Amino acid sequence: MEGNFITTKFNHILGWARKYSLFHYPYITACCGMEYMSTVCSHFDIDRFGAGWTRFSPRQSDLIFVVGTITQKLAPVLKTVYEQMTEPKWVVAFGACAVSGGIYDNYAVLQGIDSIIPVDVYIPGCPPRPETVLNAFIKLQEKIQNQEQDWRWKKRK
Amino acid sequence: MEEKKIVEQVKERFQDKIIETSAHLGDETLVIDRESLLEIVTFLKNKPYEYNMLLDLTCVDFLGQEPRFEMVYHLLSLPKSHRLRIKTRLSEKDPSIDSLTSLWENANWLEREVFDMFGVHFKGHPDLRRIFMYDGFEGYPLRKDYPLRKRQPRIPLKK
Repeated sequence: MEGNFITTKFNHILGWARKYSLFHYPYITACCGMEYMSTVCSHFDIDRFGAGWTRFSPRQSDLIFVVGTITQKLAPVLKTVYEQMTEPKWVVAFGACAVSGGIYDNYAVLQGIDSIIPVDVYIPGCPPRPETVLNAFIKLQEKIQNQEQDWRWKKRK
Repeated sequence: MEEKKIVEQVKERFQDKIIETSAHLGDETLVIDRESLLEIVTFLKNKPYEYNMLLDLTCVDFLGQEPRFEMVYHLLSLPKSHRLRIKTRLSEKDPSIDSLTSLWENANWLEREVFDMFGVHFKGHPDLRRIFMYDGFEGYPLRKDYPLRKRQPRIPLKK
């Protein structure tokens, strides 16, 4: 019983720590990048939510923003970048193209990144407004807070 | 006005190698014989016409017609600010034409694009391989008979 209490508290604290220090990796291929820039820069300021650090190395990031159209040619690259990220890691599909392929239903474009990597939060819109992105970010923080945390000395099931 | 004169002069010089000419709102178009492309374009590139810039080079697929493909070249004369469009028609059985890489360097990538999307072969091209699509991609996606829903993923997809 006491062990469970400590575990639950530790889980809560770890979630709190993780949700306010998300280092994100911007995987930007298209025009949604403009909305990403305005979200991250000072006007909308994603740093208020603890994600001010943009790491351009997948190994140092917790969160990947997949922003823009992913083509069939690019799909293996995105998968490699995702696999290079260290646990724990989260994925945000940013904009209609990353969510579903958007208006591009043709030979060249991947129909949604969830066909190659797992996605935590989907942001619709073509492109989404910065407020939508911040809303999605808060949703992701809730998800991180409430999920079962993984840590190194935890007993694996 | 001057462009019209140029078209007349070219027509006179090359006679039956010019299949037809047309003009729409000042855009002059020459439809020429496939075999004499290099000859006519070289003639236009040099003085006195000086069409010294290749603006674009592309292809149109008229599926069900013969000849099926139509190559379109857009030329610009920088000294004289004249524009000219040149078209040639290619048959479905042998979609090949002379490369313009000997005249313009930028024809290299433009022709690779047309090869990638339409499967037109350019004779004398130094490096004719796909430019947009990846290795292992089969078929030519901008041909009208390429299946609309055909996908060729490089890695296995979940759904």
